[in-house]
Amino acid sequence: MSSLRESSLYQLTSTRFRLFFREPEAMFWIFIFPILLAVGLGIAFRNRPADVLAVGATSPQLTQVLNGDKGLSAAMMDEAEGTHDLTTGRILLLAIQDVGGVAYKYDDTNPDARLARLLADRAIQKAAGQKEALRSSNDLVHEAGARYIDFVVPGLLGMNLMGSAIWGLGFSIVEARQKKLLKRFVASPMPRWEYLASYILSRLVLLVIEVIAFLGFSKLVFGVPFRGSLWELGLLCVLTSLSLSSLGLLIASRAKTIEAVSGLMNLAMLPMWILSGIFFSATRFPKLIQPIVQALPLTAAIDALRGNMLQGMSLSQLGAPMAVLAAWLVVPFVISLRIFRWR
Amino acid sequence: MSGASQNSAEIAMVHLANDCALSLKSLRKSFADVVAVDGIDLEVDRGECFGLLGPNGAGKTTTIEICEGLTTPDAGTVTLLGLSWPTSAAELRQRIGVQLQETQFPEKLTVEEILRLFRSFFTRGAAVEETIRMAQLEEKRRARIGTLSGGQKQRLAMACALVGDPDLLFLDEPTTGLDPQARRHLWDLVDQLRSAGRTIILTTHYMDEAERLCDRVAIMDHGRIIALGTPQQLIASVGGDHVVEFAVGTETEKERVDARKLTAIPGVRAHRVDAGQHQLSVVELHTTVPRIFSTLAEMGLKPSEFRTHSATLEDVFVGLTGRNLRDE
Repeated sequence: MSSLRESSLYQLTSTRFRLFFREPEAMFWIFIFPILLAVGLGIAFRNRPADVLAVGATSPQLTQVLNGDKGLSAAMMDEAEGTHDLTTGRILLLAIQDVGGVAYKYDDTNPDARLARLLADRAIQKAAGQKEALRSSNDLVHEAGARYIDFVVPGLLGMNLMGSAIWGLGFSIVEARQKKLLKRFVASPMPRWEYLASYILSRLVLLVIEVIAFLGFSKLVFGVPFRGSLWELGLLCVLTSLSLSSLGLLIASRAKTIEAVSGLMNLAMLPMWILSGIFFSATRFPKLIQPIVQALPLTAAIDALRGNMLQGMSLSQLGAPMAVLAAWLVVPFVISLRIFRWR
Repeated sequence: MSGASQNSAEIAMVHLANDCALSLKSLRKSFADVVAVDGIDLEVDRGECFGLLGPNGAGKTTTIEICEGLTTPDAGTVTLLGLSWPTSAAELRQRIGVQLQETQFPEKLTVEEILRLFRSFFTRGAAVEETIRMAQLEEKRRARIGTLSGGQKQRLAMACALVGDPDLLFLDEPTTGLDPQARRHLWDLVDQLRSAGRTIILTTHYMDEAERLCDRVAIMDHGRIIALGTPQQLIASVGGDHVVEFAVGTETEKERVDARKLTAIPGVRAHRVDAGQHQLSVVELHTTVPRIFSTLAEMGLKPSEFRTHSATLEDVFVGLTGRNLRDE
């Protein structure tokens, strides 16, 4: 045991942990921030009971009929008052009683107002004796896995894996270079590969904590489904983290200052934050740029994570995104080994 | 000279080169259009404390970094402990200790942690506790590096260089930026290493440091070695043990100073002017100073300043280059 503790790889890796855990800000961004984001989005996009729409009517009979519909809440008012309430958004629709019929006043560009029009007309026609031409019934679905939070959790997981990989490597390597620590290491007998390996090892250990904390929270609080194999999900997280670490290494391989590497990291991550389908499906982007969107490592990672978690796909069905990730693992790594600046 | 004796002389020289700690031959290095090292030949013996002295930009750091295998020379050969870069890099890295200028260790690690890390790179070496004791950092062993003073950080850098128990120790500007007390503390540390018989090569732009610490000194300027020897030899080469400095007041008076008359004074070996100060190298103060006063009086001059000091390496540098070491 003591010879392991004295080995340089062990010492380098435990140095990485020490430096990470002694940096409270880094802990926040990697462990706390994604959970806060999931909570925020979970609240914003929670499934609410269908809204009750506010409408107005100019006669007591109409008001009574409209109030008979579960989806509507009607108030009695004269036409001038109703027009005023319409323009201020207090009601969505005004039903005006006229000779032998009813007129609706509403804004047809507002979806809620159009819905109010349909509900109001249905209620009034039914009260006037209209019969359904066809019998219809409803089967309501509120199933876990089809909600927005289920969609966004794999996206946030991918985003988090990207951030911790790229920030984790980029800042520490460039800081060590800027402070001439890399040069000092190179002047010692330290094996260079062990220095880079210590980043990968510490990343993999932190990954376990980070993924379990985030997914565990999502499962407990939101009941997010895990339809695929958990082992395969773990493997996808490792692959994602390694690919993006490789990209992080490339970004950090030449930069001499923290400012320079911050710029490069944002340059690399910004397109992925926008295009890779964290918050909405990446397929919504125009066909023209789809080849670029699909070639991004984060797009592939999120596709694979959603495939596993939401659709229960196995690794053999996720060959395409895994191939993209593997390419992002190998190519930047080979380039960075060639161009890495040790001093 | 017969062919045979020439041959044996060559063999003897090769033997000597292998035996010395460091040997540099016709070393050259340029960066873009700046010639940093312009043909250096040097040998350092085992057990010697050798100093590279010179102003900033003289090529000291480039020279020492070539020796450390961090910079590749454009031309010339480097032999350390009978080995050379890059063929024996792995062995050399194990056997040399390096302190670089401007290394900043991670502030959130402790003294003990960084030393344990560096110790793990070496297959043999001193125990971490032993190194901490040698650098006199016992009280700071669990302190974070960010809380250390400048002198303590410098001693830590030295400890990191010593943790592999090196045969050859390189110290690049070990006391630059330290306050006088911290400098003396570090000097004591180097003294201990010297008396323990370690081979040390250090660079400095402080002449007093080179005089105090080094068995031999090479004075560098513009990428060349312009003087080489023990501090005593170099100081003796100035031509006097003492330096007399004086200045005269007004511009018209300055023009009346006749250098030939000054150097004609018995006991004056050299004269030079530096920033309005006249400097005379003098062998014996008590006989020569009265003569200097009378000569100045003959010229109708009265010095506005007058002082004497023992000759130092600074005077050697000024004598050789006409410039001050400190000004650079």
